[in-house]
Amino acid sequence: MNRKTLFISVAVLLVVAFGVGVFMYQRSASQGFSQSLVERAGAPIKGPKDAKVTIVEFFDPACGTCRDFYPLVHHLIAQYPGKVRVMMRYAPLHAGSDQVVKMLEAARYQGKFWDALELLFRTQYQWVVNHRSQPMRALTILGSLGLDMKKFSADLKSPELTQTIEKDVQDGHTLKVRATPEFFVNGRPLPSFGFKQLSSLVQDAVDDAY
Amino acid sequence: MKSTVSSPGARPAWTLLFAAWVVAAAATLGSLFFSEVMRIPVCVLCWYQRIAMYPLAVILAMGLFPHDPRVVRYAGPLVGVGWFIALYHVLVIAGLIPEGMQPCVLGIPCSETHIALFGFLSIPVMSLLTFTVIGVLLFYAHKKESS
Repeated sequence: MNRKTLFISVAVLLVVAFGVGVFMYQRSASQGFSQSLVERAGAPIKGPKDAKVTIVEFFDPACGTCRDFYPLVHHLIAQYPGKVRVMMRYAPLHAGSDQVVKMLEAARYQGKFWDALELLFRTQYQWVVNHRSQPMRALTILGSLGLDMKKFSADLKSPELTQTIEKDVQDGHTLKVRATPEFFVNGRPLPSFGFKQLSSLVQDAVDDAY
Repeated sequence: MKSTVSSPGARPAWTLLFAAWVVAAAATLGSLFFSEVMRIPVCVLCWYQRIAMYPLAVILAMGLFPHDPRVVRYAGPLVGVGWFIALYHVLVIAGLIPEGMQPCVLGIPCSETHIALFGFLSIPVMSLLTFTVIGVLLFYAHKKESS
C-alpha cells in the first residue's frame, strides 16, 4: 500500500468510527431511564394524579429558560386534559441557588410551592444578578406570600429537607443533568433541546399510553 | 531497486510521523465526541489542551505529504505545551495542586471528572498519555532522521 492510500484509508476509518460512535451513543441514550431514578415520590406535581404521562423537569429557579418554559409546560398539560402531569425536581446549578431551592421546598411544606415558584420566576430579575442567585433577596420576596415564617425558617434547617434536595442533585448527576431545564417524559430524555422536541415527545408518550 | 534517493532512515521516520498523526487525529475526534456527542462540559484546562492538540492533527498530516522531517520542529512545541497543561490538569484532579490555584470559573470545575475508563482513565489522563505518546514518536522520528 502506498503512503497516500494508507493515509486516506486511516482518515476514512477514523471518521467512520466517529460516525458509528455517534449512532450507537444516541441509540443508547434515547432508551430512557428507570422511573425510580427520574421521579421522586413527594416531589411537587401539577396535573392529575392518575395521568399516565409524566414530564419530569429538572429546574433551577434562577434559570431564565426555566422561567420561559414554565407557561409552555403548563400549556402542554392543558392540551391533554387528564393525561399529562409535570413533576418538578431541583437542579440548583447557579451559584446561590442551593439556598433558594431550599426555600421552595420549605414553601411546599406549607402548600405554597407553586405560588412561590411563580413569584420567583416573575421577580427573577430582582434576585438573580449576573447569573448568581441572591438568596437574601429571594427570601424578602417570598415574605409576601403570607407563609408561617417561624415554621419556614425551622424547615429550612431540617435534615429531611436537605436530604430531599440532595437526592435531586444526586439523581441529576446520575442522569447527567448539566443544564436547566432538563426534561424527561416517562423517563425518556429530549433528543435535543427545544419546546418542539418536548411537545413531540409528550405527544408520542400520550399516543403510547392511551 | 527503485531510484528514489531518500536516505535509508526516511521510511521509518515517515512511519513514526504517520503514527503520531493517527494518535493526534484520533484524540481530536475523541475529544469532539466527548463534548459534542456526550455533551460533557469542557473546562478551561481542557480547552488549552485542545488548542495544542487540534493543530497537531493538521500539521502532522502536512508533514507527511511530501514527507517533511522539519515538521517535528513545528509540532514539538505544541506537544510540549499540551503535555505540561495535561500534567497540571491531572495534578489538579489528584488534589496535589490546591483548590485556590485552579483557574476554573463559570460553573465548570476542572477538578471534576466525568469518565473513568477501566477505572482510572479520566479524560485528562488520556490527554497526558496521548501527548506523551506523540512526543515519544516525534522524538524517534527526529532521531531516525538525523542519524
